[in-house]
Amino acid sequence: MLTDILYVWSDSPAVSVGVWLVIAMVLLYFGRPHAHQLLRNTGRAVNGAMRLAAKSIRQLEERVSERNRDVLLAQGREETEKAIEREFARVNAVVERDLGEYPNLHRKLSDVLQKVEADYHASTAEAPLPPAWAEVTQTIEALPKTADPSVAKVLENIRSTVANSHRETLKAHQKNVAERHRILHAMQPELRKLNASMAKVEKSVASLEEQSRAIDRHMANYESIRKGENRAVHALASSSLTQFFIATIVLIIAAFGGLINFHLIALPMSEMVGGASYVGAVRVSDIAALVIILLEISMGIFLLESLRVTRLFPMIGRMDDRMRKRMAIAAFTLLFIFAAIESSLAYMRDLLAQDREALTQTLAGAEVAEAQFRWIPSVAQLMLGFFLPFALAFVAIPLEAFMNSMRTVLGLVALGLLRLLRLVVRTVGSVANHASKVMVSLYDLFVMVPLGIERLIRQGSNGVKEQVSARRQQRDSGKGGRKSKGAQTEPGLKPREV
Amino acid sequence: MKRILQSMTMAVTLVAALSLAGCGEAQNRNQAVFILIDIHGDYAAEMERARDLTNYVLGQLTSGDSIAIAFIDNSSFTERNYIARTKFDHRPSVATQQKRIVRSELDAFMERFSVPSAHSDITGGVLLASDFLRESGAGRKTLFMVSDLEEDLMPGMDRDMPLGLEGVEVVAVNVPRRATDNFDPRAYQRRLAQWEARVEDSGGTWRVANDLSRLQELAVLR
Repeated sequence: MLTDILYVWSDSPAVSVGVWLVIAMVLLYFGRPHAHQLLRNTGRAVNGAMRLAAKSIRQLEERVSERNRDVLLAQGREETEKAIEREFARVNAVVERDLGEYPNLHRKLSDVLQKVEADYHASTAEAPLPPAWAEVTQTIEALPKTADPSVAKVLENIRSTVANSHRETLKAHQKNVAERHRILHAMQPELRKLNASMAKVEKSVASLEEQSRAIDRHMANYESIRKGENRAVHALASSSLTQFFIATIVLIIAAFGGLINFHLIALPMSEMVGGASYVGAVRVSDIAALVIILLEISMGIFLLESLRVTRLFPMIGRMDDRMRKRMAIAAFTLLFIFAAIESSLAYMRDLLAQDREALTQTLAGAEVAEAQFRWIPSVAQLMLGFFLPFALAFVAIPLEAFMNSMRTVLGLVALGLLRLLRLVVRTVGSVANHASKVMVSLYDLFVMVPLGIERLIRQGSNGVKEQVSARRQQRDSGKGGRKSKGAQTEPGLKPREV
Repeated sequence: MKRILQSMTMAVTLVAALSLAGCGEAQNRNQAVFILIDIHGDYAAEMERARDLTNYVLGQLTSGDSIAIAFIDNSSFTERNYIARTKFDHRPSVATQQKRIVRSELDAFMERFSVPSAHSDITGGVLLASDFLRESGAGRKTLFMVSDLEEDLMPGMDRDMPLGLEGVEVVAVNVPRRATDNFDPRAYQRRLAQWEARVEDSGGTWRVANDLSRLQELAVLR
């Protein structure tokens, strides 16, 4: 059919195609203004629509960005409040522990000081002899010897009395000095005690200073978040992303731990629930093993929640302390029971594996060999089965971090996607606009022959018109020149001067 | 956080609902295997191959699967032709013990065996296997024929009937080429083709695995 149409003008393909080209050119030449308008309008319309769409996306992007910012600030505010609360709790603990006993400490210090003061007073040095005592003894010693025996005897008595008295006094003084030394020696432990008490007070005060500095830091951070400063938002976003990646890595590690746990108990579970039943494509024993592991993880989450390590369930956090304690004990007990069950299952798995291995050897015709050190993997499996549930229980911490940071990450991803979409939409609009221009040029290129003819005709007619108008101008200038000379020349001035 | 938890709860509910929906279309994943051992004439010397095959099959079967071993002699469609048959318990430890018993029963039969049969009623054995496999209700049914596929019926025995092998995968194991096949190889091919046609006409599928070590590669059992 198409070939028939092609060869309608001539049997020669070249001639036929040529005729069709000429017809097409003529038709397109006559429809050129409309085609140009159509192409340009289409390009502009697409571009306009895309710009409008981009604007809408931009608005949506701003809303998402604002929402992300609000969420980040809210999360940051909550975190900082918790941190400040924690710091205040620490300060309270320090005050209660150390400064709460300050009255006792003060009393002790007063007692020690009084005792030290009393001891100090008790150890005051007393003058051994009056200052004139030496002069008296020297004077008595220096008295001249008299011949009178009675006087000499009296003097001798006085000398001996003074000498005795001097000896006694010195002895008493030495005794006093020794007593003072003893008192001063006894003061040493009291002074050390005093020093220790003061050091304790100093340590408590230093700790309080440290806590107060931390509170100041948190308060500054809180203030920055409250004001909604960009610095705080960037810091929070960065922190959230870091949390997300760390939590993801830890969760992946936990998933591998869960996988090992699963393989430990999947085979022995078939002894309990049967190895021949399926739910869909999965064995019931595998599902049972998976349920056990998930229950262990759940118990771990409840335990950490009850201990207020995580805050995934606000309801548990709102419980009173006694109830939470009971819940923690219940969760731990269940976790312990599950761990014990899993441990026994892991041991059973080892026994089953041994039995199966023995059968395989029998079927292969080999002697069943008693492996040495076979107890090592058995014990290892037993212990692994017991401790893995406890290790998995801690998955609640990275899970909480993952959940908290996921909101931010999802927001950032959505923002990125919206930006990409906006870029694509704007690009499509621009490309459509430029494509319409290119199409117009290509259109003109196709009809260049009629356009060239048109140009030539137009130039020819323009040339004739120009010649006619030039002649008219010359004619007019001949008349007008004469007229204009008079018209353009101002009275009193020569034409050249004008 | 509340929304995330709600979404997670919904996702878990959805998965649980889908899983329960899948329960309705539970696929039967149990296997049933029947091993037919030909003990007629010269072929009785190949019984050791049957032991190797049984060992391989026992190694592949698990809890819930079924196995039966029977021999082909003058008239094979009787209860006395069973050497051993059992359905493995759902507990792996019990299943392992059952495998040991099956193996010991085969060993005992091979110990007892002394006189090969004069005829070979292969069709009777296949009919016996067909009944066992059908009754097992297993999802996958396999019949191993350790035979030279040369049927030699007793006079007056009628075996011209459908074999009833719908859904059964028949694997001919260790089909030896006889001395006469050397002069006319087409006789061997005709023998195989004849059995293939009979099996496929009865709704089964046909495979030949002369080399036992290739059973693993052929993935005859899962």
